[in-house]
Amino acid sequence: MSSHSNAKHKERMTLADEIEELTGINPLKCYQCGKCSAGCPVRIFMKVSPNKVVRLVQLGLDDEALKSETIWMCAGCLTCSTRCPQNFDLAKFMDALKEIAIKKGVITRKDILKFHKAFLKQIEANGKAFEFGLIRDYKLATFNLFQDMDIAPEMFFKGKIKLFPHKIKNRDAIKKIFDKANKE
Amino acid sequence: MMRIGVFVCHCGENIGKTVDCPTVAKEAIKLPNVVYSIDYKYMCSDPGQNMIKQAIAEHKLNAVVVASCSPHMHEKTFRKACAQAGLNPYMCEIANVREHCSWVHDNVEEATKKAVDLIRMTVERIKFNFPLSEIKVPITKKALVIGGGISGIQAALDIAGAGFKVILVEKEPSIGGHMSQLSETFPTLDCSQCILTPRMVEAYQHPNIKLYTYSEVDNVDGFIGNFKVTIRKKARSVKENLCTGCGLCVQKCPIKKAPSEFDEGLANRPAIYVPFPQAVPNIPVIDRTVCTFFKTGKCQMCKKVCGRDAIDFEQKDELITEDVGAIIVATGYKLYKIDKKSKDAAVKGYGEYGYGKYKDVIDGLQFERIASASGPTAGEILRPSDKKQPKKVVFIQCVGSRDPSKGFEYCSKICCMYTAKHAMLYKHKVHDGEAYVFYMDIRAGGKGYDEFVRRAIEEDHVKYIRGRVSRVYEKKGKYIVKGEDTISGVPVEIEADMVVLATAIVAQPEAAKLAQTLGIPYDKYGFYAEVHPKLRPVESSSGGIFLAGACQSPRDIPESVAMASAAASKALVLFGNEMLEREPIVAKVNENTCVGCFYCKKVCAYNAIELKEIKDKKGNLVKVVASVNTGLCQGCGTCNATCPSKSIELIGFNDEQIFYQIKAL
Repeated sequence: MSSHSNAKHKERMTLADEIEELTGINPLKCYQCGKCSAGCPVRIFMKVSPNKVVRLVQLGLDDEALKSETIWMCAGCLTCSTRCPQNFDLAKFMDALKEIAIKKGVITRKDILKFHKAFLKQIEANGKAFEFGLIRDYKLATFNLFQDMDIAPEMFFKGKIKLFPHKIKNRDAIKKIFDKANKE
Repeated sequence: MMRIGVFVCHCGENIGKTVDCPTVAKEAIKLPNVVYSIDYKYMCSDPGQNMIKQAIAEHKLNAVVVASCSPHMHEKTFRKACAQAGLNPYMCEIANVREHCSWVHDNVEEATKKAVDLIRMTVERIKFNFPLSEIKVPITKKALVIGGGISGIQAALDIAGAGFKVILVEKEPSIGGHMSQLSETFPTLDCSQCILTPRMVEAYQHPNIKLYTYSEVDNVDGFIGNFKVTIRKKARSVKENLCTGCGLCVQKCPIKKAPSEFDEGLANRPAIYVPFPQAVPNIPVIDRTVCTFFKTGKCQMCKKVCGRDAIDFEQKDELITEDVGAIIVATGYKLYKIDKKSKDAAVKGYGEYGYGKYKDVIDGLQFERIASASGPTAGEILRPSDKKQPKKVVFIQCVGSRDPSKGFEYCSKICCMYTAKHAMLYKHKVHDGEAYVFYMDIRAGGKGYDEFVRRAIEEDHVKYIRGRVSRVYEKKGKYIVKGEDTISGVPVEIEADMVVLATAIVAQPEAAKLAQTLGIPYDKYGFYAEVHPKLRPVESSSGGIFLAGACQSPRDIPESVAMASAAASKALVLFGNEMLEREPIVAKVNENTCVGCFYCKKVCAYNAIELKEIKDKKGNLVKVVASVNTGLCQGCGTCNATCPSKSIELIGFNDEQIFYQIKAL
């Protein structure tokens, strides 16, 4: 039974329906084996495990799902999507939840959203990540100027932070992607 | 003059809800040649059938149309009722007003009209019906059982016990199958070999059973009751009639390091070997791929030591033909080997569990060998890498099963039980050890099964964690198992000494090939298909070919044995008859118009078209025409539709019948 097919008969569109419409993922496909949570590298920072977020959506506890910090913690590494026995693209699912949360204005981790925005700004400008710009923009956005300052020197000396961006060649193509995405 | 009776069934509400049956009956009586019509709630019930019988007698009916469900369902029922009333059963036809009408419509008025149309068509058709009688075919009362595991042995013993001859074919050098490899069996923990080997010996010594080991079925011709089977007896390189099974050759063979199939690669065997000490027959076989003589032409140590001169390096595969009436397929299963790259691109395997990479990550059958008294460690639980006793063992269920992404969608059914057994055996042998089981659901439906799992948890303190493992990796000599307990929502990391994977049950790699040889259908995984999942679970769709055990789907021992006995009884039902009665709905060739193009032969799925020479009085060949083997013909009508000169007709479905049926619409 697909939640999507039920959508026609419902007056209110549930979060499950919305996700399915946005991504094509049927939330009921998840059989709660927990392999995603077992392999998640940022699991330790989450109060609610990734599979439980899916469970909340399955149960129709939409607010709890959207307000869980877990969706913002997801680093999008795709380990869960790669190993899922049910071909459930959990990273995509989390992205959809973030998108819906932004649309509805229920953002529990504004700092992480700001980080995402700062990150995307660099991609838009350079076609790839530029760590120094990312740190600068993120700190300006959050006014949390001294966060993680202690690790900066080590990163700098390891060559992880460059002072000038390295731009890719075909930045027009990147611009087209952003234009299209912004329009939608 | 044809006197037709029309009987309209309500099928409870199935038809009655959408089709106005009384109106249909009233309309039916107006049709030409229809002399009687009536509607009733359940026509297939005893009173319903009696209505038909009475009407045949009272109204002198010579044809009956029943408007009811699909002929697949109850054509036989109604034809039998007609026969009991003295009418030829083939003068009864079904108008399908359920599947073709009431079930697919919701407008009562329109559906009622359609039901009348369907009846009118059948009435027009039945006017061209003529009495037919069953075709009789003789039966060879001898069975072939393919596969000498517990299913095959059981089926063979049952048929042999009923007094009929059985040919038991096993592709390995010994019968016994996977059951002979097991340590103990759930849910009673009795020793597998102790209960199996007496059966193996019984099958070997039974006067009615002819055993072909190290043999395979090469070809099958013929049809139910009359199969002709070609068996390939592979070259054993040992003369069975001379060998006494003394084992001297096995002892003296200089090759010692061939991985033992019986011990799942955990121990080695010589080039000339008996798979296991209790093997039946106790006759060695030379593995020509590793034998020094077959590789270099030197050695012959076995031949030198054999006191009976039983070694025969020149031996060749032998082809034997046997006539049988029934075939029981009991070819069993294989475990999904996740280290090997699968031919099937959809089956991706599990790099993340490290099977094939880490020596102490093993599968279920390997654990059986480790736990078995006859195994490489003589029953002591020692891990393969350093032969040390593991103090922490993790069992992971559903590896490959219930995994459409990397393995197979289906549940392998037996793993929940054997994993509980493994964990229990481990705890019984290593008292200070810890056993963890990662599971998704525990499926322990069976007599004494759930109690068994509970015992593992409550009495043997096996720690069950509900969650699928994400990864297994090595760190400082330990295997780190990363999982999540989804019940408490807590991440779990276990430092294990050994990991046992309950890998999926898959069909034999040669399953599809054998199915094609036998002409039986199989599913996308290679498991053989039964005709009806509930009512005919041990019959294949080819008459006279029955299924037993895990070749049909993952099965445990009790189910395999039950299925084997069921398949045997199906064969015995067949053998209980002197002649086989077949439906007379078969193709018939008009030899006068047939030009011998044999398009019919090309399209026939059942190999039922044969060549027939037509000769004149002097014996000169006039022409070659097609001829139908009525034993093989299934009456599908493909030849009929293909024939360019319209020289084949399907009896009971001839052109006149079909055309008038269409014309009535």
